[in-house]
Amino acid sequence: MVGWAIALHGGAGDIPMDLPDERRIPRETALRHCLDLGVSALKSGRHPLDVTELVVRELENHPDFNAGKGSVLTTQGTVEMEASIMDGKTKRCGAVSGLTTVVNPISVARLVMEKTPHIYLGFDGAEAFATAHGVETVESSHFVTPENIARLKQAKEFNRVQLDYTAPTPKLPEVSGDSQIGTVGCVAVDSAGNLASATSTGGYVNKMVGRIGDTPVIGAGTYANHLCAVSATGKGEYIIRATVAREVAALMEYKGLSLTEAAAYAVEQSGPRGCCGLVAVSANGEVAMPYNTTGMFRACATEDGYTEVAIWPKN
Amino acid sequence: MGRWAIAVHGGAGIDPNLPVERQEQAKQLLTRCLNLGIAALRSNVSAIDVVELVVRELETDPLFNSGRGSALTENGTVEMEASIMDGTKRRCGAVSGITTVKNPISLARLVMDKSPHSYLAFSGAEEFARKQGVETVDNDYFVTEDNVGMLKLAKEANSILFDYRVPLIGCAGAAVNDSPLQMNGLPISIYAPETVGCVVVDREGRCAAGTSTGGLMNKMMGRIGDSPLIGAGTYASELCGVSCTGEGEAIIRSTLARDVSAVMEYKGVGLQEAVDYVIKHRLDEGFAGLIAVSNKGEVVCGFNSNGMFRGCATEDGFMEVAMWE
Repeated sequence: MVGWAIALHGGAGDIPMDLPDERRIPRETALRHCLDLGVSALKSGRHPLDVTELVVRELENHPDFNAGKGSVLTTQGTVEMEASIMDGKTKRCGAVSGLTTVVNPISVARLVMEKTPHIYLGFDGAEAFATAHGVETVESSHFVTPENIARLKQAKEFNRVQLDYTAPTPKLPEVSGDSQIGTVGCVAVDSAGNLASATSTGGYVNKMVGRIGDTPVIGAGTYANHLCAVSATGKGEYIIRATVAREVAALMEYKGLSLTEAAAYAVEQSGPRGCCGLVAVSANGEVAMPYNTTGMFRACATEDGYTEVAIWPKN
Repeated sequence: MGRWAIAVHGGAGIDPNLPVERQEQAKQLLTRCLNLGIAALRSNVSAIDVVELVVRELETDPLFNSGRGSALTENGTVEMEASIMDGTKRRCGAVSGITTVKNPISLARLVMDKSPHSYLAFSGAEEFARKQGVETVDNDYFVTEDNVGMLKLAKEANSILFDYRVPLIGCAGAAVNDSPLQMNGLPISIYAPETVGCVVVDREGRCAAGTSTGGLMNKMMGRIGDSPLIGAGTYASELCGVSCTGEGEAIIRSTLARDVSAVMEYKGVGLQEAVDYVIKHRLDEGFAGLIAVSNKGEVVCGFNSNGMFRGCATEDGFMEVAMWE
């Protein structure tokens, strides 16, 4: 019997170290709050699927992270949300893309996993499914925040997709410290070795309508098996081609690396500096939170009492 | 200069009672597509281009479940998906929810080459297609009479039906109860998905892979399977190119295409061993098959299903088109 462990993230990216307090503190508080929620649930014996879902729901509801409310906007100023969830023991999984009215995309992903013979539903079909299951929906405007309207405007002014790494152009000036990037996610393991991973996002600022990133792609943004559970964040296109989440588990299985080594290697190999981060837990109750970006909003806790809430590397 | 190799597939899991004329048609199509690819390889066309042109041919022919001839959604419409990957720099492109684009694999290629993203779906993908001036048609173009019949059968059986090409009369009803296969806990009547795919390694040792499908017969609107998911239905690296077919959900769970490459990369084994390993150990209770090539000019097919429509050829003259073990 090993101890439980939980880790969560609110996005990896170029989070400036001089992020003003009024932007930093609410996010740190939210991370701590979500961590407490998750720890409580684990202590009461909830299954990691329940734990990761409830933590991600909380992060989706928080407007300062790029998921659910607070999602970044497509090039048309709309919100298209995606999410996925995976159970390590059975490798059952669920994913959704293109949600526009569902308050908690991660819960729809879970419903797809549990209530359909499929794994992944997208767009109109996903919305129809959500409605048919009585999932909470709202007007799309609910998800749009003034900061994201500003971000979209800025991205359009530069006439390119934010975080577009393909063209060698000068760095975008940040919108008062752009801390709204990436994705949210949570991984957890209980004392019985049950593992789960859940990830949710609004995607990229100014993304093309219909663009799908790594978050709903099992093996890219989310993965869990009997060894570990992983949730990745960063530049979706890199995470997809490097199958980052799967990579951590594959390195453990095929090369016998430890969680820490596998997670670090997977991030390192995913692409150039600044492209991704992840949180991972192992069946043995270990935690890893590597990233090759300036920072990653993150938090973790293990049964032996260790907790951490952080944004940048510890000095 | 290395040697080229190519493989094509038309789906894993074949009804043992499939009428002989269907079997012949399938073999002829696979042979034709293989020859197209071989001719291109002999003229030094690059792996990624060969993959695209061969999959286009498979999509255009109504026989298999992709492009025209795609399986139908629960609403009787067609929603196609495809993905393509270039092993050299692991660039990739994918599309889902395609309803008017004649050749989804080419749209996936455009996503890879002409957009800042890797994966576009539904109306966004269709909009991109229009902007790129890609050939589009009405959705009924893709719908065949055979499949309209199949959908009716599937609804009557009230279960998910893989694209099953058996005459509607006679054995269909009996066959429905014959194999109580399960998928995510729900019964499947018949197993024959007929997704198409192609993998190629060219003389430069560059590997590429592509997969295209209409998905499951009677699928829910918006259902996305393994074919457009990089790492599940399609993967290519510096070492190999892989395209999978079969129970989509099992392929996704096992990240089947990615695992072939991962096993080669991290365990240092060759293509045959990697394919055998993933088929044996990665599929849990799922049924699927795959075709793969290596940068050394090898080609391997592997499946744990009841047969797989496939064809393969190598530069030293080997060529085979097969369905069963």
